[in-house]
Amino acid sequence: MIRFQGVTKLYPTSARPALDDASVDIEKGEFVFLVGQSGSGKSTFLRLVLKEEKPTRGQIWVAGKELSRLSHWKVPALRRQIGTVFQDFRLLPNKTVKENVAFALEVIGKPRHTVAKVVPEVLDLVGLAGKEDRMPDELSGGEQQRVAIARAFVNRPMILLADEPTGNLDPSTSVGIMRLLDRINRTGTTVVMATHDSHIVDSMRRRVIELDQGHVTRDQSRGVYGYAR
Amino acid sequence: MRTRFVLSEMAIGLRRNLSMTIAVVLTVAISLAGLGVAWLMREQVNTMKDFWYGKIEVSVFLDKAVTQPERDAIRQELVQLPQVQSVFYESQHQAYLRFKEQFKQEKALVANTDESALPESFRVKLHDPKKFAIVASAVAQLPGVDQVADVNGALKKVFRFFDGIQRAALVVAVVVLIVAILLIFNTVRLAAFSRRRETGIMRLVGASDLYIQGPFVLEGALAGLVGAGLALGLLALFKVVLIDHGLKSAFGQNITRYIGWDTVLWTYPWLTLTGVVIAGFISAATLQRYLRV
Repeated sequence: MIRFQGVTKLYPTSARPALDDASVDIEKGEFVFLVGQSGSGKSTFLRLVLKEEKPTRGQIWVAGKELSRLSHWKVPALRRQIGTVFQDFRLLPNKTVKENVAFALEVIGKPRHTVAKVVPEVLDLVGLAGKEDRMPDELSGGEQQRVAIARAFVNRPMILLADEPTGNLDPSTSVGIMRLLDRINRTGTTVVMATHDSHIVDSMRRRVIELDQGHVTRDQSRGVYGYAR
Repeated sequence: MRTRFVLSEMAIGLRRNLSMTIAVVLTVAISLAGLGVAWLMREQVNTMKDFWYGKIEVSVFLDKAVTQPERDAIRQELVQLPQVQSVFYESQHQAYLRFKEQFKQEKALVANTDESALPESFRVKLHDPKKFAIVASAVAQLPGVDQVADVNGALKKVFRFFDGIQRAALVVAVVVLIVAILLIFNTVRLAAFSRRRETGIMRLVGASDLYIQGPFVLEGALAGLVGAGLALGLLALFKVVLIDHGLKSAFGQNITRYIGWDTVLWTYPWLTLTGVVIAGFISAATLQRYLRV
């Protein structure tokens, strides 16, 4: 589903590559934790998958397509197969919960009856039934992240990328979010989650890919966050 | 859904950026009005030229003491010039009759003018009225010629005046157009910045450029359209005040013609198109820089 082959990413402002000759292969339906310190290349990895950045060297396949051969106007089609969730939720503050989720469908031109049908379904899935008409600032952090997940998942993407989705949440709320991501993963969606949260990684026992200064230093199925330090 | 969504995004953008939008509308209006005025002045000058050049004849006035052989020689010279179309002789009596007709409202003037005060003349029609100088120099020095009337010289001054207005309007139009372009540029940049959250999410969920940039371009085009609408009003005002009341009362109906409403109306679609296209195009070009996917 996602394949990196010898990928190096050099930002023009930095001497050290953000990713250095990284090769990774993620199968369809996998749940993968991407761990490592800040600056280890986790976010770069996710940005490369979305084709927000181009690799300096190497090749990347996402959903069967080699990204460097993907023309500019086909990038939106790629991104429609990928849902993305961030630490800071990125909701639109002047839209209700329902409108925030519907926005993701409206801007890709889905017809109104589809939006009206699908949005309540996904809000129900993430456990926000009954809160459709709240504004984001009336919700708790965990609820806001559920809205963001609903928005990322409403188009039923093949891949869900999560960049520290629990970074702003307390541990018990995080567990709820992880259950939700697990549930989404069980529908067959490939989930890639960058995280710092060792408790979560240790308790989930899923595949762990560790990055250190742009190198893949560990790739372990049913792994833990790291060794005691 | 699609159009409704894009339109509602556009409306939100316009409301958030109201003061800048008004600035864009006004500058577009002034700039287009300047273009329109320049065009109308050009048309007015052409109308006048058509009218006057059709009538222009070189008048070769003869001395009081001109003799018959001199008269014949002058006619001979005029007829053989290649620029000359026809030559018509006007006697003192004919000149007096025409004078009476022309100034029939000014009875005192007519009563005080004697037939002998008016010179006899050759009225010469030219193939090309602009070749006046050649004809004038050919006969001016002949014995019996008093003077060759320089109708063209007077016309030139009038045309120069109109050319000046036309040029001034063009300069204003160009300068204000530059201001308009810079304003559109800034407005769109501000709008893109104030909606970076929305556009960021749109890109992330895979919205196409059409959806992301469409509302911005439409905003620009709409501002251009409203500006063009104002410009059309200004142009109508120009026609009523400066042409119908200004020029007509200064020159009257007899000595020239004026551009009509058809000429003004003809500029309307062009000005509207220019406004919409320029504003839309600048918006799109700005987005290429500030809303890269």
